[in-house]
Amino acid sequence: MKDLRLLALKKSPWVFHVAAASCNNCDIEILDALTPRFDVERFGIVLVGSPRHADALLVTGVINRKSLPRVLKVYEETPKPCLVIAIGTCACDTHMFKNSYNVVGPFDKYLPVDVYIPGCPPKPEAIILGVVKALQKL
Amino acid sequence: MSKRIVPIGPYHPLQEEPEFFKLIVEGETVVDIEINIGYNHRGHEFLSPSLTYDQIPFLVERICGICSNSHPLAFVLAVEDMAHIKVPERALYIRTIVHELERIHSHLLWIGLAGHFIGYNTIWMWAWRYREPVLDLFEMITGNRNHYAMNKVGGVRRNIYHDQISHIEKVLDLVESKVSMLTKAVLDDPVLHARLKGIGILSKEAAISYGVVGPTARASGVAIDVRKDDPHCAYDKVEWDIVVEEAGDIFAKAKVRLLECFESIKIIRQCLKNLPDTPIEIRIEELPAGEGIGRTEAPRGEVFHYIRGNGSHHPVRHKVRAPSYMNLPSNEVTVKGHSIADAALCLAAIDPCYCCTERVAVFEDGKLKYTWNDLLLFSWKKTEQIRARLRK
Repeated sequence: MKDLRLLALKKSPWVFHVAAASCNNCDIEILDALTPRFDVERFGIVLVGSPRHADALLVTGVINRKSLPRVLKVYEETPKPCLVIAIGTCACDTHMFKNSYNVVGPFDKYLPVDVYIPGCPPKPEAIILGVVKALQKL
Repeated sequence: MSKRIVPIGPYHPLQEEPEFFKLIVEGETVVDIEINIGYNHRGHEFLSPSLTYDQIPFLVERICGICSNSHPLAFVLAVEDMAHIKVPERALYIRTIVHELERIHSHLLWIGLAGHFIGYNTIWMWAWRYREPVLDLFEMITGNRNHYAMNKVGGVRRNIYHDQISHIEKVLDLVESKVSMLTKAVLDDPVLHARLKGIGILSKEAAISYGVVGPTARASGVAIDVRKDDPHCAYDKVEWDIVVEEAGDIFAKAKVRLLECFESIKIIRQCLKNLPDTPIEIRIEELPAGEGIGRTEAPRGEVFHYIRGNGSHHPVRHKVRAPSYMNLPSNEVTVKGHSIADAALCLAAIDPCYCCTERVAVFEDGKLKYTWNDLLLFSWKKTEQIRARLRK
């Protein structure tokens, strides 16, 4: 049964975008990947409005104290199995905000991250490559 | 009719960033609004004094991904103000070029998102497609599509070489023709007229009393622009005009932003033509103790940085005021009285940037721990302690 669900995840993944405490750039590059130059929608990758419809979570930014419970809630609401793709150096390892009083840690401390896409911000090409690698992993 | 609450956020498909709006509605009409932010707070002002003056530009450009030239520029202006450093001419021109390119990309981004907010995705796709050549220019000039890292105290990090100039001019021609097409399409579209005109009006009096800045103020007939009022970089050496509209509605805001793109292109062309032949940086041996301010016109309005140094290579205090901090409270006026369908657009009309705006507030058991009076008491207590110590 589990294999069937993973197989279903492979085709046209729907993604939900979770910005924890990011500077907007990774978020904009995610949207950029949807616009005509990169146009990932032709592969069926669609940004959806609710985590309940999502196959993959695109997480950006460091997690701070206020966004942590909300991020965990979003992850809870996502149907499993789901992919968690950490976009940007902040999401991978908290970047230069490591010593801040309000930052509680990178995403992999709280969520099982499948793919890391480093870069500040990663280019849309890198984001697309990361999603493809995540799908190959299944 | 009874009042009801419509929550938007913190994770909502309409929003790039996490923020929380509580719309209090009567039927379809919004009667009040509460804005709750803080999901983006990372403590830049706290981190900044632990870094050196050469490292801080990298930190402050990560305050906001869209204004990622404005913040470092305002910071280096503040440090140069503190140390009375005179920057070489060519560096000033290069700073101006990058700053104006940023304005074009930011305004196109907003136009696209505004189209997305009213369900007119054609505008979104168009605007973002024509934004791509600008990002390519950034990649060529600065080495990165976003987060340009161009500014440093005493100059810029990268030069614009002679053979790049013709290419930049060619791309500018392309961007100008596409933006003028987009402008005509936006200003002529009956659907956009119906959706944007007369919505979210901020009157001139309200704009002045709320102290709004940038395109939000200029769309309400307040002709303020730091580039004209307090010329820095090369803004006093080029010809350009402030774009002002009187209506104050969202249509006027869109118009101001679109027309500003042309002014920016005009500025960049002149800068490229008159690029002086000097070094791009000066070597700085020592920074004195003192304080300095730097302000510059970000795409959203005035960015203000304050620096106090004690002669070491770290600042003692670094204060940032971003434009959205001033613009955000004006939502109170613009959203009230409109339907829920218009609320999202009204909230987006100031081109908000919450990661610039975040301030810290300490809560305990759901209540604000330190109110203004508590802070006052702390301050008085500290004065008393110091007084007692000095008396001994």
